[in-house]
Amino acid sequence: MPALDLDSAWDLHPQVSVRPEPFGALLYHFGTRKLSFLKDRTLLSVVQSLAAAPTVRAACLTAGVPEADLPQYQRALTTLASSSMVIERAS
Amino acid sequence: MTLLDARPDSLTGTKQSFGRSAPPATTGPTKPGRLVDLFELGLDSPICLTWELTYACNLSCVHCLSSSGRRDPNELTTAEAKGVIDELERMQVFYVNIGGGEPTVRPDFWELVDYASEHHVGVKFSTNGVKISPEIAQRLVKSDYVDVQISLDGATADVNDHVRGPGSFDTAMRAMQNLFDAGFENFKISVVCTRQNIPQLDEFKAIADRYKAQLRLTRLRPSGRGADVWDDLHPLPEQQKQLYDWLVAHGDNVLTGDSFFHLSAYGDALPGLNLCGAGRVVCLIDPVGDVYACPFAIHEEFLAGNVRSEGGFQEVWRHSELFGRLRNPQTGGACTSCQFFDSCRGGCMAAKFFTGLPLDGPDPECVRGFGEEALTKRKEADSIPKPDGDHSHSTVRGSRRDGKPVTKARPVSLTLSLRRPDAPPVSACEIDPLAGFRP
Repeated sequence: MPALDLDSAWDLHPQVSVRPEPFGALLYHFGTRKLSFLKDRTLLSVVQSLAAAPTVRAACLTAGVPEADLPQYQRALTTLASSSMVIERAS
Repeated sequence: MTLLDARPDSLTGTKQSFGRSAPPATTGPTKPGRLVDLFELGLDSPICLTWELTYACNLSCVHCLSSSGRRDPNELTTAEAKGVIDELERMQVFYVNIGGGEPTVRPDFWELVDYASEHHVGVKFSTNGVKISPEIAQRLVKSDYVDVQISLDGATADVNDHVRGPGSFDTAMRAMQNLFDAGFENFKISVVCTRQNIPQLDEFKAIADRYKAQLRLTRLRPSGRGADVWDDLHPLPEQQKQLYDWLVAHGDNVLTGDSFFHLSAYGDALPGLNLCGAGRVVCLIDPVGDVYACPFAIHEEFLAGNVRSEGGFQEVWRHSELFGRLRNPQTGGACTSCQFFDSCRGGCMAAKFFTGLPLDGPDPECVRGFGEEALTKRKEADSIPKPDGDHSHSTVRGSRRDGKPVTKARPVSLTLSLRRPDAPPVSACEIDPLAGFRP
């Protein structure tokens, strides 16, 4: 799967439920019945910021991700996209 | 019985770091440490839990973990069960694995399933298929929140019915056909691996493929009535290796409920958390509301509390003394010096407990054979803990090869008492309407 475009708009899948935990969060997709773990709270903030942000890049910056760390978050979100936890927003 | 089947398929924010892989780098968005180490300390809410709705069952499987058969008069009422669902919703427990007994024989079963769905608690229920009619299958296929798991312990009627009882193979196959015809894809077929069915693994996979279902293999535990048959049914050492190789070859396509982590000592860790989740990420609620550390440990030693007590399930999960104790890093005990401890982590607590082995020693099915050694040295057989509670039918199928029922002769307790009347009995011919009345 190609890396997700930082300048596109994404949302959490409507069938995904998020449960914050001290180490990060658990994500559960009721459609695919798959579970994912977010291993840090910043990534959780990014995921939670997606819906209100015009782009993934904006969501990352809102969540306080330093510019230099963007590639790592891009990779993480690409992984989430590959299991349909996040989906591209129809424009 | 189900533990963790939802695979942590994306451990996001880092590379996969389960099992024996190196801890992720501390730079970037990743905290040091493996997820399994974090889980050892427990979570605010279980990832999933098993909820046995009733002890009532139409079958009498010889290996039943919960010794089910007859309903317990003290089972949670519909209102109490809904209260538990409300609590699970508040705690954001994503889904429950409902079992029994045979859960679908509860008259309010579908009502509770609907209630859970409305409250965003997913349900996967285990059934022998007895109630999965074409109509029910049609109804199930419409729900996002409901998943079905059919129990099947043999790929052929003879192997299955030996364990699950006459006719049970046909019942399960009919249920699968109904689900398939209704277009329910990816339901689960759950197999408890035994000495007789391990040679049938490929056949099970073929059945699952035929019905567009997913195969799930779990471990035979010496819990409930399973304790009575474990010696005869548990896989032989060479079969364990065969099972491990088969699981490695089929990887993520076959679910295991994380139940074979004791086999990880053969080589690479199997997919899953490879951690005893008891009281940490999973637990069991039994039909009367008792909360146990795991579905395989129905014994007062592993009883954390009851959902009927003040504070309900959440209080038990977060503050019970037992769960607090279980949420400490596992100590290896006799296994500490073993080079494989990091992958098998000493195996299954319940399997050790119900075979009379110490909890900090090897699993009875330790792949290096230390379990068998320990079994030969264990204490007297009559001091092995017995499961608490027995709801077995009073007529059970025994080990008779003809499959005919054998009736267990049991004493019937009667209390005989003699009440001494303080006045002569009123004659049947007395016509006074106040006869025998004493203000």
